Amino acid sequence: MDLQTLWFIAVAVLWTGFLLLEGFDFGVAALLPVLGRRAADRHLMLRTIGPVWDGNEVWLITAAGAVFAAFPGWYATWLPALYLPFVLVLFGLIIRAVAFEWRHAHHTAAWDTTWTHVITAGSLIAALGVGAALGATTLGLPIDADGTRVGGAFSGLGWPALLGAVAVGAFSVVHGAMFLALKTDGPVREAARRFAVRWAPIAAVPLLGWAGVVHLRYGTPATAVLWLVAALAVVVAWARIRVGREGQGFAAWGTVLVAAAATLFGAAYPVVVPSTVDRAFDLTVAQASVSDYTLTVMTWAAAVGLPVVLAYQAWTYWVFRRRLTAEPQHEEPVHA
Amino acid sequence: MDVLEVARWQFGITTVYHFLMVPLTLGLGVLVAVMHTLWVRTGRPEWLRMTRFWGKVFLINFVLGVATGLVQEFQFGLAWSEYSRFVGDVFGSLLALEALLAFFLESTFLGLWIFGWGRIPKKLHLAALWAAVIGSWISAYFIIAANSWMQHPVGVELDDATGRPVQVDFPAVLTNNTALAAYTHTLVASLMVAGTLLVGVGLWHLRRRELAGRPATEVDHAVWRRSVRLGGWVTLAAFLLVALTGDWQAKLMYHQQPLKMSSAEALCETEAPAPFSVFAWGKLGSNECDDVHSLTVPGLLSFLAHSDFESPVPGVDELQEEYAALYGETYPDDPARFGALAGEEVDYTPLLAVTYWGFRLMIGMGAVSAGVAAHALWSTRRGRVPTSRIGVYGSLLAVGAPFVANAAGWVFTEMGRQPFVVYPNPDVPVDEQVWFFTAQAVSPGITAAEVWTSLSALTLVYGALAVVELWLITRFVRAGVTTGDTHATPVTLPSQRDRDGSPDDGSPDDGPPDGRGDDDVLSFAY
Ligand code: HDD
Ligand code: HEM
Ligand code: HEM
Repeated sequence: MDLQTLWFIAVAVLWTGFLLLEGFDFGVAALLPVLGRRAADRHLMLRTIGPVWDGNEVWLITAAGAVFAAFPGWYATWLPALYLPFVLVLFGLIIRAVAFEWRHAHHTAAWDTTWTHVITAGSLIAALGVGAALGATTLGLPIDADGTRVGGAFSGLGWPALLGAVAVGAFSVVHGAMFLALKTDGPVREAARRFAVRWAPIAAVPLLGWAGVVHLRYGTPATAVLWLVAALAVVVAWARIRVGREGQGFAAWGTVLVAAAATLFGAAYPVVVPSTVDRAFDLTVAQASVSDYTLTVMTWAAAVGLPVVLAYQAWTYWVFRRRLTAEPQHEEPVHA
Repeated sequence: MDVLEVARWQFGITTVYHFLMVPLTLGLGVLVAVMHTLWVRTGRPEWLRMTRFWGKVFLINFVLGVATGLVQEFQFGLAWSEYSRFVGDVFGSLLALEALLAFFLESTFLGLWIFGWGRIPKKLHLAALWAAVIGSWISAYFIIAANSWMQHPVGVELDDATGRPVQVDFPAVLTNNTALAAYTHTLVASLMVAGTLLVGVGLWHLRRRELAGRPATEVDHAVWRRSVRLGGWVTLAAFLLVALTGDWQAKLMYHQQPLKMSSAEALCETEAPAPFSVFAWGKLGSNECDDVHSLTVPGLLSFLAHSDFESPVPGVDELQEEYAALYGETYPDDPARFGALAGEEVDYTPLLAVTYWGFRLMIGMGAVSAGVAAHALWSTRRGRVPTSRIGVYGSLLAVGAPFVANAAGWVFTEMGRQPFVVYPNPDVPVDEQVWFFTAQAVSPGITAAEVWTSLSALTLVYGALAVVELWLITRFVRAGVTTGDTHATPVTLPSQRDRDGSPDDGSPDDGPPDGRGDDDVLSFAY
């Protein structure tokens, strides 16, 4: 396999890892107003993602960094074409990050409620925005031969962006519910499980639809198989969570994403940004990539670094592995 | 304003803002890790309280560094896509390595440190903090290496087909002398930020306790006293190192970017020996070197540049002509790539007022914090507690000084390299040099309205965040060491943990029973 293909796979893996990990913390945050009616439940939900959300977010930074590092042409075409949507994502991520930290820096009910809402809003904005950006990069942006956007600020936002946004948003919400069912005990666990059972089949539709469209447009027999795996995994996830096998349900739902992402990236290859202006302007892996020397350096660095990262991230998940329950003394924030 | 100008303002504002948090993260992280280590080794309660108090300040600040750093990661693509294409073969990999080798380490282990109190063995818990701190130092290395490559591009060859640099020597990029000098300089400058904060806050609390008649035998007294002493010595030592590494940078700069230094000195004509300017005045709004007059110390500039008092130092006027001859009198007449500047004359002299005063502000503000540190060490000698209002509030005010110095240092570095975004490396034959004008770096497809929108949105958000952040930190710092934190060892007994089988928030049992357990400095109850 040539290095460019290897790095295309690496980029796909990083984006998938990001959606898989940050997906559940986006989802938990989005579910705060739905499943966290009582303050104690909200705190419990936030505690499940407290130690890990920042580490999960680094997957996004690394994914974006890897696109820049291996395919600067892709980075330089994709980002300015969706300038304002990306800025909105950043905005969502900023307010969410500070809200996680500042929420408990001061103890009044109003303060707590406000920042909890900010966490929900920021996470939703970010999830939908990233989905839109990915939707557009798999299905097309209005770019000319130089990779420059044609048209105004919102010309990059067609139906592919909308489809991607809904797909990622819906996947994340159910992923969050599955995660809560797995990580908590008590009423939240029950409510999360019921939520996942009810919504998993519906939430899978846009994701499977997106992967299906990309497959039909560019796919190969291999991506057809991947798509079928994703569809099958939906059934498995639903069946397992229904009977209360939360671990298996969570794993199967994760498989839905992995298989769908593999379908998407597998079908799109070697195109990284299709042009909606003219197929001749499609940006490919070969045009977007850096030199083989740089790719070799990066390959060595990743070969050494990535296993270490995976090992210690897995280890922290293991350290914080036990189920959480709401503690009575955290029921209400103390009034200052 | 056109896209280029708005984009420059945006980059400048967001980066300088990011770099307000960064030095505090880098500097305070190490100091908290030292405090934590001392607690683990000695078991003295004041080290524990210091770890928790300063640790919390560190965390409040850290998260804003994360939030603003995200913007940085995407900015190069958003507004500077031509730049990203041009430097792609070198620059992107440094950013990716920063994320892979540093940010993961930082964020994962910091999460473990925050939530690990009482859950993991004491030494492992300490190691988690060190891992996070080392992560932040590694991150600084990669980003400075990236920045230094644009100041002094090494390890690349020019590809004739594309006109872009191709990387041929990655180790050379990592050992760029510009990067080594800037990295050490930035790290010690960060220690000054943290040290000065410890001094200012510590003195203020000491004075308040003294006036309230609290006995010096209490643990909290030791907390503030040790903060002042530690902060004072760190600041003084760091100031010495900042001067040494800064001198190293200046010598490199004379060779690599002579125009930056000569304009920072308002040196118009080539002189031998060259004087160092102490104060300059000139015609407002003029960027003509000959309009500037200054008060000088003879020979000192020759010394800074060449370590002797005689050698000539080239002046701005001569250098401007030299650069114009090498890199063109005017920008190429290509509006597609150079926008409004196509065909216009190139001014190779950076803004004189900015470089000149940026340089002096950096050194001056650094000297202010060093002075404050020396004064604090003197006035707390042998157990004394200073109560002078001016001295103590002055020190509190001086907490801002090293932040200003850092910002001024970067504005000097970055604006001093204009009009280039990638500065030509003088050690390479001219026809093989790699360089790039800022004017051609901006994204071609985007409109000024878009960048205006993001610039105003980001500025508003950043402004609001600054207000909340300052309010939170001030409130927290005023409250002092938390009342809930009375026990020396915040460790939940393992047996007990297994019995109740739950508290994953690491909330220790030593909080008062009134439910303020999450006041305990680091045990955030999510
Ligand atoms: C001298 C050091 C230094 C410099 C010059 C910069 N940064 Fe930074 N950055 C840090 C040192 C640092 C840090 C201390 O390591 C931070 C602060 C908080 C953190 O997580 O790491 C950080 C945070 C941080 C983050 C968030 C990391 C996370 O989520 O954990 C990103 C994406 C960047 N930075 C990227 C950049 C870029 C693209 C810069 C160039 C303009 C930049 N930083 C300048
Ligand atoms: C964190 C410290 C930094 C600060 C405070 C800083 C500051 C600035 C400022 C003030 C400008 C505007 C200059 C002008 O428009 O005249 C600028 C521009 C720029 N800087 Fe930096 N910078 C920093 C680090 C970096 C790093 C590490 C990089 C690259 C990795 C970088 C890349 C750029 C680029 C691409 C521009 C835009 C082009 C320009 O206007 O010069 N900067 N920076
Ligand atoms: C005392 C003598 C000092 C000298 C001689 C000195 C020298 C320099 C020089 C020459 C540069 C420009 C490097 C370049 O353009 O490539 C620089 C940048 C900088 N300085 Fe200093 N400096 C001093 C003090 C300080 C202090 C006290 C601080 C902060 C506390 C500080 C913070 C910075 C920062 C953050 C930068 C920009 C980043 C970099 O290139 O390292 N400096 N300094």
